[in-house]
Amino acid sequence: MSKFKDTDMQAVIGWILRAGVLVSMSVIFIGGVIYLYRHGQTHVDYSKFVGVPDFVSNPGGIIHGIFTLRGRAIIQAGIILLIATPVIRVLFSAIGFIMEKDYLYTAITVLVLLIILTSMISGHAG
Amino acid sequence: MSVTVLTLIILVGSYLAGLLGSLTGLGGGVVIIPLLTILLGVDIQYAIGASLISVIATSSGSAAAYVKEGITNIRLGMFLEIATTAGAMVGALIAVYIPTNFIAVLFGVILILSAVMSLRKKSQQIHQQKSALAERLKLNGSFPGPAGEITYSVRNVGGGFFMMLFAGVISGLLGIGSGALKVLAMDGVMRIPFKVSTTTSNFMIGVTAAASAVVYLQRGYIDPGLSMPVAIGVLLGALSGSKILVHTSSSGWLRVVFAVVVTFLASQMIYKGITGTI
Repeated sequence: MSKFKDTDMQAVIGWILRAGVLVSMSVIFIGGVIYLYRHGQTHVDYSKFVGVPDFVSNPGGIIHGIFTLRGRAIIQAGIILLIATPVIRVLFSAIGFIMEKDYLYTAITVLVLLIILTSMISGHAG
Repeated sequence: MSVTVLTLIILVGSYLAGLLGSLTGLGGGVVIIPLLTILLGVDIQYAIGASLISVIATSSGSAAAYVKEGITNIRLGMFLEIATTAGAMVGALIAVYIPTNFIAVLFGVILILSAVMSLRKKSQQIHQQKSALAERLKLNGSFPGPAGEITYSVRNVGGGFFMMLFAGVISGLLGIGSGALKVLAMDGVMRIPFKVSTTTSNFMIGVTAAASAVVYLQRGYIDPGLSMPVAIGVLLGALSGSKILVHTSSSGWLRVVFAVVVTFLASQMIYKGITGTI
């Protein structure tokens, strides 16, 4: 048990993915129940693209929405957790490769993280 | 349509999409987008956003199971994720400048490719030829077979990497996992055993989708009211599917059903794209 091996990494990655999906989907489900309870009879139309409602379009609005129990804000928080799940998986892979002293793969993993970060920033600018 | 009715319809449709997508290894996204756009009249931009979310849920949910079984080649996945995430970022960024009609037609073409791919005969190819680059990158691996560990080697690393770049762009542009293209790159170009390419492709899809989802999230493509039933439905469907895939060896008739459904939807997408009614 002294050395960190590939099989240990597989166990950790499997656990992270499972936990991430479980937590985020639970949050989405709770948000969904609240949304249906409050807006179940509301008429919706998605035939024209107009973006998302203001209160779920920025982190401040989502946090405020969670505390005021707005269903869609809670769903959106769950969605953000879900998007973060594979990214956290990559982060833990990087840590795993460092522990295995596999520096080539540490570099490859960090590069993937940087690409995702760049994407996040460029999406904001565009 | 009221929120409750729409949510229930999407929930059932997404469950079926997730089940079929998981059984065929091509992901639920390829069925979700036509379901939303053609059958429910949802704008394709919302459909892309919701599909992307379902793709992340599916991939992560079933990858958790495959990774533990030791079939997934994590190093190969990590290395190729450089190409798929870079491609996905580019795809999501250029999506804004591409007319939705063109996206619908392109989607139809990729759908047909997926259908053809899913019908192909899968021979379990094992290659032992060594490639210097694969050796340097430690890409060769092994997986548990019926009679002990089966080792295999990876060929044509450069070609596979390039294909993955393309798969990433398509994934980012259309909001799908591009499972068909990823399997094509790994099976056809890099000559990896089918079992490994399917599970490794699935492993990569979540990260690829996350790279474009961070762009779409900020652009308002990901609507919570729509994404909620899609993500829940597809995930439950995929979980049912992955249990079947791990425990049985073939599901031939399902592939045929899937291919027929997908080809029909694809022709609809192409038709609507060309006539400008999407």
